[in-house]
This record gives sequence, structure tokens and C-alpha cells, in this order.
Amino acid sequence: MRLICMIFSFALAATAQLVPFDPEYVIPKNNPNTTPADLKNGQQLFMGQCARCHGPKGEGGRGAVLAQPRLRHAPDDEALFHVIQDGIKGTEMPAGYAVDTLETWQIAAYVRSLGRVPPETVPGDAKRGQELYRSKGHCNQCHIISGQGGSIGPELTEIASRRSAAHLRAAVLDPESTLPEGFLEVRLVTKDGGRITGVRLNEDTFTIQVLDLNGGLHSFVKEDLKELQRDTGKSPMPSFRGTLSAAEVDDLVAYLYSLRGNQ
Amino acid sequence: MRSTICLLAAVLPLAAQVSYDRLRQADSEPANWLTYSGNYSAQRYSGLNQITAANVQHLRPVWVYQMQTTERIETSPVVADGIMYVSEPGGSVTALDTVTGRPLWKYARTIAKGARGCCGEVNRGVAILNDMVYVGTFDSHLVALDIKSGIVRWDSEVADPKLGYSITAAPLALKDKIVIGIAGGEYGVRGLIDAYDAKTGQRAWRFWTVPAAGEPGSETWAGDSAKTGAAPTWVTGAYDPEQNIVYWGTGNPGPDWNGDARVGDNLYSDCLVALDGDTGKLKWHFQFTPHDTHDWDSTEIPVLADAVVRGEKHKAVLFGNRNAFYYVLDRTSGKFLAGRAFAKQSWAKGLDDSGRPIMLPNSTPTTEGAKIYPDLSGGTNWFSPSYSPRTNLFYVPARDVGGVYLKGNAEYKQGAQFNGGGQSPIVGENPTGAIRALTPDTGELKWEFKLYSDAGAGILSTAGNLVFAGTNEGDFFALDAAAGRSLWHFQTGATINANPVSYQSGGKQQVAIASGNSIFVFALED
Repeated sequence: MRLICMIFSFALAATAQLVPFDPEYVIPKNNPNTTPADLKNGQQLFMGQCARCHGPKGEGGRGAVLAQPRLRHAPDDEALFHVIQDGIKGTEMPAGYAVDTLETWQIAAYVRSLGRVPPETVPGDAKRGQELYRSKGHCNQCHIISGQGGSIGPELTEIASRRSAAHLRAAVLDPESTLPEGFLEVRLVTKDGGRITGVRLNEDTFTIQVLDLNGGLHSFVKEDLKELQRDTGKSPMPSFRGTLSAAEVDDLVAYLYSLRGNQ
Repeated sequence: MRSTICLLAAVLPLAAQVSYDRLRQADSEPANWLTYSGNYSAQRYSGLNQITAANVQHLRPVWVYQMQTTERIETSPVVADGIMYVSEPGGSVTALDTVTGRPLWKYARTIAKGARGCCGEVNRGVAILNDMVYVGTFDSHLVALDIKSGIVRWDSEVADPKLGYSITAAPLALKDKIVIGIAGGEYGVRGLIDAYDAKTGQRAWRFWTVPAAGEPGSETWAGDSAKTGAAPTWVTGAYDPEQNIVYWGTGNPGPDWNGDARVGDNLYSDCLVALDGDTGKLKWHFQFTPHDTHDWDSTEIPVLADAVVRGEKHKAVLFGNRNAFYYVLDRTSGKFLAGRAFAKQSWAKGLDDSGRPIMLPNSTPTTEGAKIYPDLSGGTNWFSPSYSPRTNLFYVPARDVGGVYLKGNAEYKQGAQFNGGGQSPIVGENPTGAIRALTPDTGELKWEFKLYSDAGAGILSTAGNLVFAGTNEGDFFALDAAAGRSLWHFQTGATINANPVSYQSGGKQQVAIASGNSIFVFALED
């Protein structure tokens, strides 16, 4: 079976060190620290703690695109304050490290300023890319968009709200350079000699749960396995370098970068 | 009427009367689990042997008690005469019938506004003495409850919660006193260990873990940095009745990650202190991490046992420290006897003859971030180790995790966090850990059982030659205590951040552990 898995997001929750602020602090509805000096300090903090995933201008990467007027998890300043302080549970977004109340607001001010940056323009024709997605790419065999497609790869319905165009291009051409944290391809041999290659869904000290490349779900007690091979840094998704022309890659990326859900 | 009373007596277990003598001789009645760590020696060892390697695969849950909370549960139950006393977040307490799991009474604590703490409203357990149950509260009170009804007998404020004091530790009952420690190491509080009259709640003594100006130890703090020196005391200690010594660990100096203003060793932070049980006077101290800038609280459990070091038998205290080193100290004198690393560390070349760490360069926080092992949560942490006199092994839940330590500004504001930096994970590194069995005399590794992720729960060893422990992924499991072989595991469905206990109910050995918001209780199936 041909596998066209784009960007796996079976990441385990990232460890976060929570640094609570003064519990008596009443969070105002609007950011009280938005002077140019606040913005400058916010930018510095952002570069140190946020830019690695979100990009220095909030253009996204492994983290969500922040250079947009509306942030899904932070529709207002109060919500943004909480996201920076606490992270977002169930995602790769951790809490800010040792940022106090003022610093949180300064980061928030910088993040809001990014929303005024015009969206990235990408070459390529999104409409042609949509066609390639289904035809030559066979992407729909493994990915769901708006309820349609296979479920081996991650859903792409809102992928452009979480990934930059550059990141999506890298995922198409070199999938193994864009693996999310916690992603792991595994190869198993069962006691009766059965062989399974797949993606780890979950694991603990005694068991492992796997989605095989045919879409089958498995759960094993490790003691019952003859072999458990961890292919760290590997992805079952093939590169489209050579399969698609440069113009087709542009088109496919343009399509993927148009997927922003219902916002 | 009479028949009703008889019926009640037959159905409900009798409420306990747990004298000091019973606490002192807790090892002689393994059917109960009378103190936080099971006995005064804090060995977390059960003398019960119904559950063994031969039958542990038949261990099944017999009941589950669910707390109505979303806070993390770190409680370690106390069990006396068929009744389990469980603390809940904030300092609430529930008494449960160990046969059915049904509550007998509940004390619901309302936390005063303004209480604060670094790490949630956790509570690790209660103490019992005679006809009372004692619990510390998140708003820094010590409360005595009637053991039969849960009604408050007295309620004493230990410290002002608005300054950042809180209580998360289980109290320790000894003789006629209740000893308690405080949390608040991230708020620049002045650390203390208190003892209260068990009957009246009047304070009997106080030991300040940071000396006042002019007192011995004050010379180890530059300027007036001692005023915000912290050294909290948030995990229950041990007690040696023969010597009448209380052993209690102390936490990090404040601010955590920036030591610039507090040049010096910063006594008595990151120490084990030995206090006279009657007066609270300091008999000796041993500092594990002088001038700590990593938040390596030494609030782990001091385990009292005999150790033979270089051919000489000592009454010892065994200590697996958050700084990733294992220590053997003479518990009469505090003298360092032996020590070595038990978890991955990159900050010290080793320990010198006095037990002082030999620091390596580049092992303190920087403004750019310094990669150091272990991370701020340490080579181990508050969750209990165990010592089995049967195997003569010390079992420690170990973490092999590094961190990037950041140094930041530290400005003290009363009641606010006072950290001076922080720590982030090492990108791309998955936290790992193990259950490690060490030779108590030297710390030499005897065996290890690797965990999928870092250790976050305590260990119980038993006379059935078993070791019980839990994982972040929710597995509660049993190992062969002599060799570390996996024998049984049960998926509880939520992270385990608690210590197991064992006792007997209705003639059957039970093992209990908190997981998620619940207490799971296991016994052999009939």
C-alpha cells in the first residue's frame, strides 16, 4: 500500500513546568502592558521561548501560525494570558517557562502585533493542488479533510492554522524532517512470527498501542512480543520529491496552506 | 434499640484507639498501616506475606473510592483496625471501611481565600494518635479530628498563608506531640518545623530552618538574604524513639535558581536536620546541596536502618536525594558514611570524604540556559523509597532526566513567587526512569526495572518478597523484590503520583494506591 502520511500528530503531551502567578491577581480583560517598551521586551521573550515552534514572526512551524488576526485558543487577551501561562492541554503547547505576570502580558502584546502582519503569500495554484491531493498524490488515502479520507495520517482540515507554508513544503518533500514530538514508527514481531509496521499511538512500561500501515489498531503486552524495533526519526510517509514536479509541489502546498477550517 | 446497636457493631468496624506505644511498635502489627511511611523508621515496608510471587497474578481490585476533585492526588492512606483514613486535596479527610470501601465520615475543609502554593492543593496524608486524626491544610493550619466522627477537636494556624506558606505534608505523631512541616519554597518564606500538643493544639516547639541574624548558620547567608531563605519542610520525616530524634528534610533556598544575593552555603536549606523530639533543638544537620541553585529540595524520606560501612555497623539514615546522589549517614552523629550517584547527573564529580559534592564547571543556571542533569524535579523526589529488612535492599524511584536551567531576576514581593529563573525540558529528550534496588551500605546498584517514562510514584516493599510501584501512564505493578522481575501489573487509567500501602482487612492482605482522583484497593481473588 502506498502511504502518503503528511504530518503525524500523535504526539504525547509535552512536559511543562508550571509557574503560577500570584493567585490574588485579577486578570484584566485587556492587556495593560502594550507600550513600545513592553512590545520590545515581549519580542525578546518570544524569541527565547516561542519562536522555535511558532517562528520569529509567528509564521508558524511546528507550532501554530500566530500571524493571524484571530487565534483559535486565544480569542481575547485574557485567554491569551492563560495560554501563555498554562499552555494548552492535550497539545504540544507547554506553559511559558518562569514568566511572571508582566512578562506574560509583554509576550501577549507581541503576539497580538503579529496578527497585523499580512498572511504569507505562497506560489502555486490551490485549486490545482486540491486536484493533485486526490489524484497523483493519493493524499486522501491516509488523511481526512472535512470528514473525507483515510485515517492513518493526521487530519488536515485546519492544518494551515497550525503549520507554516515552509513547514508544509518540508513535510511534502522531506517528511522525516518535520516529525512532531513523540512521533515514533515501530516494527513489531509477535511471538507467532507475525510482523507489523506502524505508528505508535501510545505506550507505557508494559504495553504498546499501534496503528499499522493498513489502518489496523493493535494493543500488545510487550512481554508477548518477540521484537520491538523503534525507528526513531523515520516516517512511513514517502517524499514527493521526484514524484511531483516543482510546480505541482507549489500547487499542493498552496492547497494545504489554504486549509484553515471554519475560521 | 439494642438489636440495632448490636447490628451496627457487627457491621461497622470499631474506631481505632491508636496509642503512642502502638505507633512505636507498628512493625509488630502489620495488619495496620499506622503512620505515613508505615513505621517511624519510614521504611514503607509491610510485614504481610499473603501476597507473594507465587500468587500475585491473582491480585484484583476489590473496591475504588473516587474523590470529587480535579486536583492531583498524592495521598498515602493510614489504616487502623479496619478503617482507612485518607486525606484529600486541601486537607479534607475521609474515613473508609476497608471491607466495602464505603465512607464512614468525611471532614470537608474549606480553604481560606488567599492560600497559594507552587504545585496544586495536594495533600499527602494524615497522622493518627489515640482518638484523633491530624491533617495539615493548604491554608497552613493543623487540624485535629475526632477519630470516630471527623468532627474538629482543634484547629491551629501554623503560619500565614498570605505569605506563601501552605501545608501539603502528612503530620507525624510522636509521644504527645504532632510534628508538621510547611511548603512555600517558591515564595521566599522562612522555613520551619513545628510540634503541637496533640490534645490541645498549643505549639510545643518550633525549629526555624533558616537562622535569624546572629544565630549559628546565619553566616552562611550574604547580607539579609536569609530573610527570604525558604528551606521549606514539605515531606514527612522519620523518628527514632530510642534516641528521641526527629529526622526531617529541608527544601531549596530562595530564590530557587538565582543564588547571587545569597552567597554562602545557605543553612539549613537542602539538609537533613536531626531534632530533639521534646524540644525541637537541633542535634545535628547534614547539607546535601550547599548553595543550591537548582531547586533540589532535600525533602525526600529519611529511611532509618542499620548499615555496615567499612566493616562497622551503624545506626544509619539512608537518603536518596533529589540531587541524584544516595547517602548513608550515621543517625546518631550525622556523620557521612558513604554515598554515590543513583541517577543520571552531570553537576558533580562526586562526593568528598565529608559528603560534600565536588561541583563540576558549567553546572549552574545561566541567562542563556544551561543543560544539566538532573532536572529540577531531580533524580528522585517526594515520593517514597522503601527499605526491606527481608532483602536488605533500598528501593528508590529514579528519574534520569535533564533540564535547561535559566537564571532570571529575583525581586521579593510578599506572597508572590520568588524564583529567579526557571527550567525548561531538553528538546527531543524523552524523560526516562527506573525502579532501582541499591545495596543500602554503599548505594551500589543491585538491579533496576526500567520504566517507560520518569518515576513519579513511591515504592512499597513487603514480606511477601514483592515491590509495588506505579507509573505516570497509570500502571500499578509488582516486582520480585530480590531480582526486579516483573510479576503483575494493572492499568488504573490515570497517572499515579502517590505511595502504596499495605494492611489487612477481613483477614486478607490489601494493597492500596491513589491514581487519578481515586484510591484503588487490591486483594487476592477468592
